[in-house]
Amino acid sequence: MYRKLLSMPFIFWIFVGTVIPLAMIAYYGFTDRLGNFTINNIIAIFQPVHAQALGLSLGLALISTAVCFLLAFPLAMILKGSSWGRKGFIVFIFILPMWMNFLLRTMAWQVILEKGGIFNTMLQTMHLPSLNIINTPAAIVLGMVYDFLPFMVLPIYNALMKIDDNIIEAAYDLGATKGRVLKDILLPLSVPGIASGITMVFVPSLTTFVISNILGGGKIYLIGNIIEQEFTTSANWNLGSGLSLIMMVFIVISMAALARLDKSGEGNFI
Amino acid sequence: MSKAIKTIYMIIIMMFLYLPIVTLMVFSFNESKSMFAWTGLSLRWYKEMFHDTQMLSAIWNTFSIAISAAAIATIIGTMACVGIIAMSKRSQTVIMGFNNIPLLNADIVTGISLMLSFIAFGFYLNWGTVLLAHITFCIPYVILSVMPKLKQLGPGNYEAALDLGATPAYAFRKVVIPEIKPGIISGFLLAFTMSVDDFVVTHFTRGAGINTISTLIYSQVKVGIRPTLFALSTVIFLVVLVILVLVNFASGKDAEEEEFFYEVAQG
Repeated sequence: MYRKLLSMPFIFWIFVGTVIPLAMIAYYGFTDRLGNFTINNIIAIFQPVHAQALGLSLGLALISTAVCFLLAFPLAMILKGSSWGRKGFIVFIFILPMWMNFLLRTMAWQVILEKGGIFNTMLQTMHLPSLNIINTPAAIVLGMVYDFLPFMVLPIYNALMKIDDNIIEAAYDLGATKGRVLKDILLPLSVPGIASGITMVFVPSLTTFVISNILGGGKIYLIGNIIEQEFTTSANWNLGSGLSLIMMVFIVISMAALARLDKSGEGNFI
Repeated sequence: MSKAIKTIYMIIIMMFLYLPIVTLMVFSFNESKSMFAWTGLSLRWYKEMFHDTQMLSAIWNTFSIAISAAAIATIIGTMACVGIIAMSKRSQTVIMGFNNIPLLNADIVTGISLMLSFIAFGFYLNWGTVLLAHITFCIPYVILSVMPKLKQLGPGNYEAALDLGATPAYAFRKVVIPEIKPGIISGFLLAFTMSVDDFVVTHFTRGAGINTISTLIYSQVKVGIRPTLFALSTVIFLVVLVILVLVNFASGKDAEEEEFFYEVAQG
């Protein structure tokens, strides 16, 4: 009985640091500046500017999640079968970039993608046409993929490593083709990792305002940019909260999907 | 897939991951302030780093907040794990569900929700509010690191110590703590990393007076970043790299560090 009390500070902190703050967003979202009840902040999502931003955010987040998955799954397969060294080393090379400040890493792409930048100089020397994607949605997707790719690779790699090699061997012994092993063994058994990876890429991509700000040249508005501006420059917290509530609907949906697909938390953190 | 294709694929991905970092490092040695033109090799920005008072205070804030937040989160989180494990299965599931909220939630939502609460309850946004915010998002990482170790240990050893006449406090100190220490350490390091790396939550809870390294960089994005920040980041990156390599080398086959990297990865 006495031991349970040790968790009191934590429960208090969860209540004060998570439950109350989320309730505050709901309160601000459903009231106006004078504190009267209103749903204007919620239906404000139907204003063209806001609806467009949300649509673009969803689109870019889906694209970057798909790209991350398509890059990460073969990569995790290669890592599983490779002699690249211990698990620690593989994880190490994917984590190391994170020790460079994330804003600076994202900004470096400006330098790389810019008209006279490294990338285009490289294309030029190979006599290829230059690629001007800086300040376009394509650059934002590239930034998202770059920043969040490790979050997709590592859970999938983790899930693949847990698969018993004997199962795969047995399948081959029984005459399965490579495609069949992929479809019927590797993919289904790595679902917890895939689900976890998808959530961990989709949620930050959907809600980012930093990447779009840096690589979109400040002209492309995602829903995160609009919310950030309502809280900083425009100082309309009620509208910002209302739009956040709408955005949170999508976060909750992806969390619920994750909880269903990864019941035991296998593809999860530790 | 043939081996050659696999290797080429790996190399392309590695280039993709490390090209921006190499670019930043190279430009930290550039003589001019421009990010787009190379004018010559210089250590100018490395020297300037030590005279930039704004930057020195940002470094101080970043690391003082990270160490305090990680330490407090580690204490609260470890205590919580000991308490939670004594609860019924049902309450455990509920509490762990709440624990996952800050972890899976978007940073921007965590940031604005805390900002609104701080202001509503009359806090003045400064170093302290950033610290409180960081503790909030650090605790879940500690719990996720410590909990599995505690589950692995089971209640047996602790109960045996009690049967042999140890007081609960003594048994806890001599039996439980040594067993879960790797989890506590990796939880602390994970929390520390997350705190140093955070921008979004700090952005909303810092108020006007203080800067961390991240917010300082963000404030300069529009006007053009001074290469001193590249120099600083290069230094931090290399220091961390050296520490990680040494730790990994020293611990040899010890699985602890591998787990740490892995846990950082998952964050």
